[in-house]
Order: sequence, then structure tokens, then C-alpha cells
Amino acid sequence: MMKWVFGIMIILSVIFGISTGRMDKVSNAALEEGAKAIELFLYLLGGMCVWGGIMRIADKSGLTGKLSSLFKPIAKLIFKNLDFNGKAFKAISMNVAANLLGLGNAATPLGIEAMHELEKEDRTKDSASDNMIVFTVLNTASITLIPTTVASLRLKHGSLQPFDILPCVWITSLLSVGIGLILALVLNKIRRKK
Amino acid sequence: MRFSDFIIPCIIGAVLIFGLIKDVDVFNEFIEGAKENLKTGISILPAIIALMTAVGMFKASGAFDILSYAVSPLASFFHFPAECIPLALVRPISGSGALAVYESILNSTHPDSFAGRVASVMLGSTETTFYTIAVYFGSTKIKKIRHTLFCALMADLTGFIISAVTICFFF
Repeated sequence: MMKWVFGIMIILSVIFGISTGRMDKVSNAALEEGAKAIELFLYLLGGMCVWGGIMRIADKSGLTGKLSSLFKPIAKLIFKNLDFNGKAFKAISMNVAANLLGLGNAATPLGIEAMHELEKEDRTKDSASDNMIVFTVLNTASITLIPTTVASLRLKHGSLQPFDILPCVWITSLLSVGIGLILALVLNKIRRKK
Repeated sequence: MRFSDFIIPCIIGAVLIFGLIKDVDVFNEFIEGAKENLKTGISILPAIIALMTAVGMFKASGAFDILSYAVSPLASFFHFPAECIPLALVRPISGSGALAVYESILNSTHPDSFAGRVASVMLGSTETTFYTIAVYFGSTKIKKIRHTLFCALMADLTGFIISAVTICFFF
């Protein structure tokens, strides 16, 4: 499906670029975004290495095992046929913990690791496994407890109570994650992998 | 100094203390872990370049302006503030783009206004869907993501509608 997303976005930007007369900007973007992507990547890679290292220490000392046993009861509801003592579940637990704390930069490397382990455990070929879908949807919807970036921007722009939106954020993110997960679980059941 | 500034150093400190107590070779294990993720990192780079190029071209073409004009009748039906439509369109695709749109909404309205609050909840309770999917699946050999994108976008849409509903309800 990513081939359609990628293709359609570029084709549309050429069509829109011609019709809005902004081809100069589209052309610049085509040439420069690759370099920007490398910049972002270096930043991300540094974080990935640091968290990979910290994770490994936490793993060897038995810390991640303890944390993942806390998540087990909830995880059993949404992940089917997952090895709850395996590496994939450990990485999933750490990713969820990082998301809850609002540490997006730490959550991404842990999430990538979880996908790698899921790929090994579910022995996927070229099609995503049920657990991979559930896990990715969990991350794209992301449960947030404290939206720190939003609060600091609100404060900067003169909000009297930057945190007064918290209950709305909680309800909204809970419902959106809920809908995403329910849809994923239902579709997993209906559209059995051949 | 913010509270969130304490979280990361304290977590790292706690992991190291626990590791040393359990007699783990913390330096060498760190190196091993970093090495593994370095390899993974290299494997996702092409996916990041592909997606960022497509998003960059899309943003530059002014496509968002045209699309937000196209969906505005639907939004007003749901009492969704018109100022927040561009944010809803950019949010799943680009994190930095969404932040820029959010700042412009806060500048043109007030953070404590209806549109300002809805925009805050939208940004605070959703993620950059396309980027997450591209990076997560880009690190694997998966070619068919099946219904991942559909479920993720429905979750985003739910989040956008509910953010306006909760703000109406609470304020």
C-alpha cells in the first residue's frame, strides 16, 4: 500500500504544483528533502543507538522482564498468539512505557526493535502479521498522558491555563486508540491471512 | 526547568544503578545494544528519504490549501472549526508541518479560544501516522501492510472529531 501513498502524493504534487504555479517550490523540495531526511536520520540514529544501549543493560539486568509482566494483563487482550516471554513483547512494553511518558524520541527506536522481533517471531514473508498491525496502530494513535510540546507552545502564546485541556486530550487519545485497535482486531479476524 | 527534563536522565540513571547492582558489564552491553540499533537504523534510512521527499513536494505544491477548501463543507457540518482543517490534513503526514500549522493557529486566534483549544487537543492526542508506518514497516521486509493504514487513519479521524466534541463539552 505504501507504493500507492508514495506514488499518489508525488503525482498530486506535480499536478497541484502546475495548477497553483508553485513548481519552483516543488522542484526545490524534490532536491532538498533528501538532504533534510539525512539530517533527521542522523539525529534519530544517535537516539536509537543510545536507547539501544540502555535497553540492552535494562534487559540483561532483568528490568525489562519486570516491566513487561506489568503490561501482560492488558496486552493479552490485544495481542493474539504472542510469546509473552519473548524479545518482541519486551520491546513492545518498553515502547508503550516510553509513549506514556511522552518520550517520542525514545519510543521510535524501541518500536522499530519490536517490529524486528515480531517479524522473526511471526515468521512473516511479505505481508504484515496481525500483531504487527495492532502494534503499529497502537503507535500511530499513541496514548498520551502529558502533551509537553503542546503545553509549552500554549504557554508561549499566552494561554492562562496551558494544562486545562488535559482531560480532553486523555478522552480523545483513549477513544482514537480504542477505535483504531477495535478496527484492527475486527479486520484481523475478518481478513484472515491466506 | 520542566518536570519532563527530569524523566530521561532519571530513567537512564536508574537503569545503570540497577545494572551495576546486578553485576552487568554496563559498558560492553551498551556498545552491543548500540551496534544492533545502528544496523537497524541504516535499514530504515531509504524509507525516511522516500517519504520525506514525497511529503516535502506535496506541501510545497500548495495541495493542502486546495484540499482544506474541498473538505470545509464537511467540517462545518460537524461544527469543526475551519482554522483547524489544515492541521487535520497535515497532522497524519508531517510532524514538523503540523507544528508549523499549530503555531500559526495560535498566532491568529488565542490558545484559550475554541479553535486554539481544539487544535491543542488534536496535536496532543495524535501522532504522525504516515511517518510512523513508513519507519516501522521500513525496518522490516514487509511489502503488504494490509489494513494498517486504514485503521490508523480512522483512529486519527476519530481523534479529530472527538477533540472538537470534548472541547464543546468541557468549556
